[in-house]
Amino acid sequence: MQLILEKRAQASDVMNLLSPVLAILITVVMGGLIFAAMGKPPLTALYLYFIDPLTSWWSIEEVLVKAGPLVLIGVGLAVCFKANVWNIGAEGQLTVGALMGAIIPVLWGEWQSPLALLAMLCLGALGGALFALIPAWLKTHFGVNEILTSLMLVYIAQLLLDWFVRGPWKDPNGYNFPKSVSFEGWHLLPMWGDGRMHLGLVVALGAALVLFWIMRHTLKGFEIKVVGSAPRAGAFAGFSQTKTVWFCFALSGGLAGLAGLIEVAGPIGQLQPHISPNYGFTAIIVAFLGRLNPLGVIFAGILLAISYIGGEGIQIELGISSKITQMFQGMLLFFILMCDTLILYRLKWISAKPNQHTVGHTS
Amino acid sequence: MLHKSNNDAQSTLLQVKNISKKFGDFYANDTLNLSIETGKVHALLGENGAGKSTLVKMMYGALQPTSGSIHWQGQHVSIDSPAHARNLGIGMVFQHFSLFEALTVAENISLALPAQLRQGDLSQRIADLSQDYGLPLNPAALVADLSVGERQRIEIVRCLLQQPKLLIMDEPTAVLTPQEAQALFSTLRRLVEEGCAVLYISHRLEEVKQICHDATILRHGKLVAEVDPQVETAATLAQLMVGASVHQVSRDANDQVGDVLLELSHLYKGSSTPFGVDLVDVNLQVKSGEILAIAGVAGNGQGELFSVISGEECNPNQNFISLLGQISDGLNINQRRCLGAAFVPEERMGHSAVEHLSLTDNILLSRHACIDTESSLDLGWLGIDRNQLAHLNKVIGIDYDVRKSKEDAIAGSLSGGNLQKFVVGRELNRQPKVLVINQPTWGVDAGAAALIRQAVVDLSRQGSAILIISQDLDEIFELADTIAVMSRGQLSPTYAAGDLSREQIGLMMAGSHERSAQGSGA
Repeated sequence: MQLILEKRAQASDVMNLLSPVLAILITVVMGGLIFAAMGKPPLTALYLYFIDPLTSWWSIEEVLVKAGPLVLIGVGLAVCFKANVWNIGAEGQLTVGALMGAIIPVLWGEWQSPLALLAMLCLGALGGALFALIPAWLKTHFGVNEILTSLMLVYIAQLLLDWFVRGPWKDPNGYNFPKSVSFEGWHLLPMWGDGRMHLGLVVALGAALVLFWIMRHTLKGFEIKVVGSAPRAGAFAGFSQTKTVWFCFALSGGLAGLAGLIEVAGPIGQLQPHISPNYGFTAIIVAFLGRLNPLGVIFAGILLAISYIGGEGIQIELGISSKITQMFQGMLLFFILMCDTLILYRLKWISAKPNQHTVGHTS
Repeated sequence: MLHKSNNDAQSTLLQVKNISKKFGDFYANDTLNLSIETGKVHALLGENGAGKSTLVKMMYGALQPTSGSIHWQGQHVSIDSPAHARNLGIGMVFQHFSLFEALTVAENISLALPAQLRQGDLSQRIADLSQDYGLPLNPAALVADLSVGERQRIEIVRCLLQQPKLLIMDEPTAVLTPQEAQALFSTLRRLVEEGCAVLYISHRLEEVKQICHDATILRHGKLVAEVDPQVETAATLAQLMVGASVHQVSRDANDQVGDVLLELSHLYKGSSTPFGVDLVDVNLQVKSGEILAIAGVAGNGQGELFSVISGEECNPNQNFISLLGQISDGLNINQRRCLGAAFVPEERMGHSAVEHLSLTDNILLSRHACIDTESSLDLGWLGIDRNQLAHLNKVIGIDYDVRKSKEDAIAGSLSGGNLQKFVVGRELNRQPKVLVINQPTWGVDAGAAALIRQAVVDLSRQGSAILIISQDLDEIFELADTIAVMSRGQLSPTYAAGDLSREQIGLMMAGSHERSAQGSGA
């Protein structure tokens, strides 16, 4: 007996839409089982994890603050993945963006003007984009797989940040803590609410809407879809594969860099060795959960933000490690990929002569 | 309905009884009966969309019948997968191949073989068998670098290695030269003598007459006739297939030949892939009002030539190519389109059209860059002019008789012939001054082929220069004013169509003009 994946004649459109919902449901059920196995009341734990964060204004704000970077990075990645370009290194681009943008508060702390903030935002996006162009260049000139290079560059970026905040950019009056000077005045984003909501949310929402329009209605969006799904037809249409790779990396890297700058100029307010709870990686899940659709990414970003806050919540209430967040996120990605696979393929048991079936037959 | 008397039941290998296949409310096959006998070549004829593929897929286990039954050597069987079919002894060569481009010929074949057949020196067996059956293959070549014709050979050899009792072939000669086709026919004759049965799907009625013993004709999912192809003429077969007599392409003498609109002079182009073909000193001229056809066996540089002329590969700093009097080597495909050229690649799916996109999106594919409609289709930030696209789609649908399930259907839902009519219509609708078209009617049914050929002739008679790359000699003689032959990246001098015989072309396809032809530079 052997289990194989056989391609379905036709993928169901309904299932394609339901796939994320199904994945969420399975994740919730599995989560409940895991809580039960840990000897915690599963329903209470699930309530604390998924619902409780939405019951007070304070935690809703906190969810939105976390959703901001996830959405901003996620929409860029969604465009990338649509084009069959695999930028896995948004976390690194986020880091370099934060570093670049911090040039102004760290080196020109006396320049206080709205223009300084604007320059920081631009530098953040520029830093992320330039850093993302490294794997783009390696791919288009040497044929190096961008998944590996973009991922490995994450560690380079993080070590670079670490070196800067322990070395040249360490706050001289910071009691030797590995932190830069605190940003002040126009080097911080406008905040509102209880003091945590900031301009980044508007930027994320705007980016999602603009990219939705581009992907849905413009020739650029059409180009990205064609190059991603049928490269030869793309060449026939005169769309350049190389340019698409560069565009996608620059766009997603730029947005990730912007998200990094927004984090350090917003909730954090300075550079420190760790500026992101893996937003760049979680955004990959956000992009897939959002069906690579910029509007879908908004909802997926909020859901994944809840998973961060919920994880902190049950750590406090039930004494479960907040590492549970990563487990939930991992399960979610696993189940959504599983659902997607099962939409395209069906499982089939084959008896005897296993070697005859290396692949499902296509005609 | 004509009925041939049933032969000796003993020799019946596969019998299909009252089989139907329903997709939604649509009967793709409606209570069909068919029996295939050992030692015979059985033709399955019908226009695209007549239900041939559906029927064959049920025999091969890729589809399950809605009702009816299949009997194999007298036993009722339900063939639930292609693997099951292969176990029974049914092999199939599809029209669209299922090969891994990144793997070699031998690796591809190995993947589809059962373990016991993979033992030993498979490469050697492939080389021997392919040589033996007149289907030369290099087992170490990468599939990505092979032509359609060569890929087909892989599929045939893959089937033959499993020594099938029934071999199903879908349009096998569509990509072969006359000599190659003859070689394939001897292969088939030999298989049949060895006791194998062949189910032969084709639109080429002459060859059906030549090698088939029985013929079953389908139309609109129903069986319309079972005939003896030996006693029928191609015309009567065609009439049964389409239900009416087939349109003959009409072609006036071209006395309107004008300026040279497309010229290649001493074009050299090294191949961009290790197993591709280098183009060596290619010279040609196509004048306004003229159709030049390039004959040749697949994989002799036609694909490379097409991508160089179309600008999918452009070479700045060269001056080999002149389009409408302008040196165009450095122009990309859209800039060449804007000069007034149009291109139709060989492969429909994934090259000239995107399977999962709508027809309007597929129009956008080649029409977004130049303003040859009322206004630009690309409105920049405002999006795309969907109204104009819908209008174009409607016009193309009507002008080129594109039959589809709904107005803006998904490209993949169209039959091969209708998609080709759409793709050709999309380009001709622009009234291009230069048209380059690669295999214009490959795998297309007789009705669609006639329409496409007529449209191409009409365009040339309106003063456009047309370059056809084709392996179909019937088509070439039907359309061409002048003919050149390509082999191993070299192009023969151009001859007037009337001055060449099939045999001469066949010899040139085999390379008789290479190097020795001093006239090639003239």
